[in-house]
Amino acid sequence: MSGRVLVGVKRVIDYAVKIRVKPDNTGVVTDGVKHSMNPFCEIAVEEAVKLKEKKLIKEVVAVSCGPQQSQETIRTALAMGADRGIHVDVSGKDYENLGPLQVSKILAALAKQEDAQLILLGKQAIDDDCNQTGQMTAALLDWPQGTFASEVSLEGDKINLVREIDGGLEHIKINTPAVITADLRLNTPRYATLPNIMKAKKKKIVTVKPADLGVDVTSRLEVLKVEEPPQRQAGRV
Amino acid sequence: ISFFTGCRSLSQLAELPETHQILRQTCRDYADRELSPIAARLDKEHVYPAKQIQELGAMGVMAMEVPEELGGAGMDYLAYSLAMEEISRGCASTGVVVSVNNSLYIGPILKFGTEEQKKQWIQPFTTGEKVGCFALSEPGNGSDAGAASTTAHQEGDEWVVNGTKAWITNSWDASAAIVFATTDKTLKHKGISAFLVPMPHPGLSLGKKEDKLGIRASSTANIILEDCRIPLGYMLGPRGSGFKIAMQTLDSGRIGIAAQALGIAQASLECAADYAHRRTAFGAPIGKLQAIQFKLADMAVAIEGARLLTWKAALLRDSKKAFTKEAAMAKLAASEAATFCSHQAIQVLGGMGYVTDMPAERHYRDARITEIYEGTSEIQRLVIAGQLLKEYQL
Repeated sequence: MSGRVLVGVKRVIDYAVKIRVKPDNTGVVTDGVKHSMNPFCEIAVEEAVKLKEKKLIKEVVAVSCGPQQSQETIRTALAMGADRGIHVDVSGKDYENLGPLQVSKILAALAKQEDAQLILLGKQAIDDDCNQTGQMTAALLDWPQGTFASEVSLEGDKINLVREIDGGLEHIKINTPAVITADLRLNTPRYATLPNIMKAKKKKIVTVKPADLGVDVTSRLEVLKVEEPPQRQAGRV
Repeated sequence: ISFFTGCRSLSQLAELPETHQILRQTCRDYADRELSPIAARLDKEHVYPAKQIQELGAMGVMAMEVPEELGGAGMDYLAYSLAMEEISRGCASTGVVVSVNNSLYIGPILKFGTEEQKKQWIQPFTTGEKVGCFALSEPGNGSDAGAASTTAHQEGDEWVVNGTKAWITNSWDASAAIVFATTDKTLKHKGISAFLVPMPHPGLSLGKKEDKLGIRASSTANIILEDCRIPLGYMLGPRGSGFKIAMQTLDSGRIGIAAQALGIAQASLECAADYAHRRTAFGAPIGKLQAIQFKLADMAVAIEGARLLTWKAALLRDSKKAFTKEAAMAKLAASEAATFCSHQAIQVLGGMGYVTDMPAERHYRDARITEIYEGTSEIQRLVIAGQLLKEYQL
């Protein structure tokens, strides 16, 4: 067992920003808009770092797929305690069309390359709300999955998980290697300490291209139109 | 001057290094989530933010310049300015507690203390569990720091300190103070020495907590010393160097307070700009009106100018260059920006700016002190003019 955990971190528009649709309805305005790490990815990073602090795993590798700016997101994960980063460079049209299917193929390839024991992801990203990447990654690797996790504990080479489901809480036990997706109540992410922010400067981020991993990022989906939701109408009594 | 030959320094004014961006964002997140929501209550109830100070201590914010071996964050003054602005943007009282601990208490011990003193007086004060204070002003003299009337005379292997210090920030929450007392009145300001005094301590008592206009979550009170006895080893720096220590310490403290003022000013601007979007009058959001736009523009210019002055002072200090003039300019500009912006923010909010439902009135009250403490605006002007005239050889 490598004791290595891959944590996916996605750079998304900050949750506090007021989203505006582009005038040509092809998407939302991202230029000059504040971006930060997806909140559920923060929870995933925190869980990975906690496992390392408990000495249950040996290394936390933060992964992000996107343009150059994704490295800032990886750097934040390093400041929280991840050991090193992998930036999968996807930009331009490829980045606009990047979705869960391509990302899960990338994560699966990296998991094999890095001999990962565990993949920790946020349950979904707050920009597309897809809630698919974790599930697809597990399927591609033929690994067990524990999604919407609100409690994780390692027991030898198995994982005890509590999942938040519609009917309540589900307790499951899965084998490793596995994919886990973090839900809101799994933990409260730490604020990076200033010494760790300084140390993060020295940690390595390696850049690779999807082609290096044998992944074709061509999208099978085409976005036809993006619109604002309908304006709130007055009620009728 | 030689500043502009440092390309790295200049580009840092235009775009911060990545570590500093992450640091700034981390402090901003902390302020948004943990300080802003409670700032109004802390102000109303005059409550010291003990839990938040400990959390900031855990992050390294209470001892930013202190080397890691002593428990600090080992960062530079640019980082400190950024952290101070973001924290103060959330809660100005918390900001002043952080600033006094960093610049006024730890600062001089780091610079003038022996290795033993650093271990004893800095290390326990890095976690937020203990904070320090700086006792220079007296009821009889603030700006006229050289006229200190608190005395210290030697009796055997002890110093005996007598006198009263006034307006001491953190006094009711501190575990140690740096006290400035004269060991030889005939030498005037060259007879003043600095002393480390633990709190509580026999012979040291606190006056009533002042009921202030603003920064009410931080405590301000007199410190009364009556035959307060401390070991000889508690003198900080050489005998008679107290005035020099105080002045050099305040140079750095000014950068911290400038950053605090920036935080208050920035919070005021954001409050006003947000309101201008949402409040409609004459059929449109008031942000469409030129009268409001001119106010917001003036506020933004005042803040950005003061911010660049603050960063420049910090960068000069980090490069170990002279920064006295720039620090005074930064403090002067930032504090006047804070009072200007908070005043205009109330004006933009109209009636809403006058009530406690909105934070504008608290920013107005918090801003006012920044033109007074750590060197009044008048003293800053004297410092700037003094440096300027030296440059023009007058």
